[in-house]
Amino acid sequence: MMKPTLLRSLVLPLTLAVAGLFTAARAQDVVVGEFASLTGSEATFGINSNNGLQLALEEINAGGGLLNGRKVKVIVEDDQSKAGQAAAAVKKLIASDQVIAIIGEIASSRSLEAAPICQSASIPMISPGSTNPTVTDKGDYIFRVCFIDPFQGTVMAKFALDNLKAKKVAVLTDVKSDYSRGLAQFFEDYFKAHGGEIVKELAYNGGDKDFRAQLTTIKGANPDAIFVPGYYTEVGSIGKQARLLGIKVPLLGGDGWDSPKLLEIAGNSLEGCYFSTHFSPDDQSPKVQDFVKKYKAKFNAAPDGMAPLGYDAMMILADAIKTAGTTDGAKVRDALAQVKNYAAVTGNITIDDKRNATKSAVVLQVQGKAIKYTSTVAP
Amino acid sequence: MSQVEFFQQLINGLSLGAFYALIALGYTMVYGVLRFINFAHGDIFMLGAFLGYYLTPRLMPHFPGALAAVGVVVVVLLTMALCALLGILIEKLAYRPLRARPKLTVLITAIGVSLFLEFGGQFVFGADPKSFPELIEDRALGSGALTITKGQVIAFVVTVLLLVALTFIVKRTKLGMAMRAVSNNATAASLMGVNIDTVISFTFGLGSALAGVAGILWSITNTTIDPLMGVQQGIKAFTAAVLGGIGNLPGAAVGGILLGVIETFVGGSSFSTYRDAIAFALLIGILLFRPAGIFGRMQVEKV
Repeated sequence: MMKPTLLRSLVLPLTLAVAGLFTAARAQDVVVGEFASLTGSEATFGINSNNGLQLALEEINAGGGLLNGRKVKVIVEDDQSKAGQAAAAVKKLIASDQVIAIIGEIASSRSLEAAPICQSASIPMISPGSTNPTVTDKGDYIFRVCFIDPFQGTVMAKFALDNLKAKKVAVLTDVKSDYSRGLAQFFEDYFKAHGGEIVKELAYNGGDKDFRAQLTTIKGANPDAIFVPGYYTEVGSIGKQARLLGIKVPLLGGDGWDSPKLLEIAGNSLEGCYFSTHFSPDDQSPKVQDFVKKYKAKFNAAPDGMAPLGYDAMMILADAIKTAGTTDGAKVRDALAQVKNYAAVTGNITIDDKRNATKSAVVLQVQGKAIKYTSTVAP
Repeated sequence: MSQVEFFQQLINGLSLGAFYALIALGYTMVYGVLRFINFAHGDIFMLGAFLGYYLTPRLMPHFPGALAAVGVVVVVLLTMALCALLGILIEKLAYRPLRARPKLTVLITAIGVSLFLEFGGQFVFGADPKSFPELIEDRALGSGALTITKGQVIAFVVTVLLLVALTFIVKRTKLGMAMRAVSNNATAASLMGVNIDTVISFTFGLGSALAGVAGILWSITNTTIDPLMGVQQGIKAFTAAVLGGIGNLPGAAVGGILLGVIETFVGGSSFSTYRDAIAFALLIGILLFRPAGIFGRMQVEKV
């Protein structure tokens, strides 16, 4: 009878000691969660924003980490570009990984899923690239480092009116995407208010592959340009099918086009078409060129617009934790809300009272096998 | 809607319908023989597309210049053969052991096989959409107001040819006669010396080969492929088969084309958001008046 008791008396302190070891290890790291579309129809968004984030993470840790030398650790969850998966990923990150802040997503619909969860858990969330205005309306813990669609829609509407001299525009939206519907709305508002005419408004479902019905009707309306505020997988097919149906006018879009996959799918069908986005690797400012150089060295590819957003989101979060001097959610939140004139890769970021970043957009054009910079539009 | 637009939509609808018809033929044939809906059929369609995706860059360089057409035929035939093999294999492994069990068991198994292929596909091929290689350059024919592409014409012609060939096989060959016999009464057919296993394997092989061709043709005209592409097309084709009268070959073709045309006209209208909803509502309407489908005969279940 003696032995088991002895054993038991030994086991408990040992277990506690081991558990204590792990808790100690955990307290050392600042654990941040990221949810991203690493696979699925918007895979390049997730992969490239995550690449940017990893680059930032390396720099932060190489520079000695945060809060007196604590390393930063990022736990990444893949939401597969699917509705519903984002909420599951964020719940897991908060409940089981006990992250102190969350970074994600690009697609607005999925950020909208995650935002209420972060808000109710008082965990600050930074979206690198969700441009739909309602994302940050979900609460005072939700931030973003990109511009919003009322601005982006205006930029492209202005571009269509002034640069393309377009009077009649047709709009083709993805009805399943908050981003696409919102951007279309803001484009139309500005375009109509400034003398333009929306000749046709049609919709498709994200995941569709046949767009000939909608495009034939659009062709019949004879527009000067077509605004397609969708994501690159569908936009690529839309471009191809539009040209095969004999539609020759330019297609216009937003940052949902910004992917190296766009031209792979579209072939040469989007030649001369324009879209607005956050960043161009052609920008000669030292901050951008430095980022492009580091990114190319690590990933052996030129960054698209999503990569620097991931980088900026991580950097701004690290900055806020430094300012707050703690990982406490409420204090980090307060520090994020006070970010002013932060020199980020995607431009100077000032977080406004709605927790959005005010900054400029660039308009890019498809030229041959490359996407070239045409102009910068300030807010 | 102008006249030009109307005819252009008709062309779009017919070519979309041709795909549905091609996939629906496989559904309907298996149902005709086994009285069983093979839900994994849409996923064979997806595998056909992926086989085309992997075979094209490996085989086409061996057929330069004028031989390209031969190369296309080789890719298509090889895809058909592999899909047929896969169909036979699925039937042998998943459905045959359950043949004596209640129909519902096999049905649920078919859904399981379908999910296995979809998510196995995600695991093996990756979940991101891929751009299908240019097996045939899909270019517009003619430069008038109406356009039709090479891919669309090929899809339509192939569908018609395969429908004719299939009807010939079922109506005129010995194996076709055996298929009809098994469909009519499997027990009686086996007593007359028909090897039921062979007939069923043949049916699955043939149906899966059709799905394989459909997969390649679809990918030529619609650019991107992904492991879940079979889900929506499978449901549409299944609906087309039911609409035409399941078990009936020309019915499947007509059902597919009808569905494609309805969908296209709704998709081009200002109700484009409700494209699928309206198409399916119309189908329910048709089935209310003709429950057995357009070409189907009502059958009384004998006890």
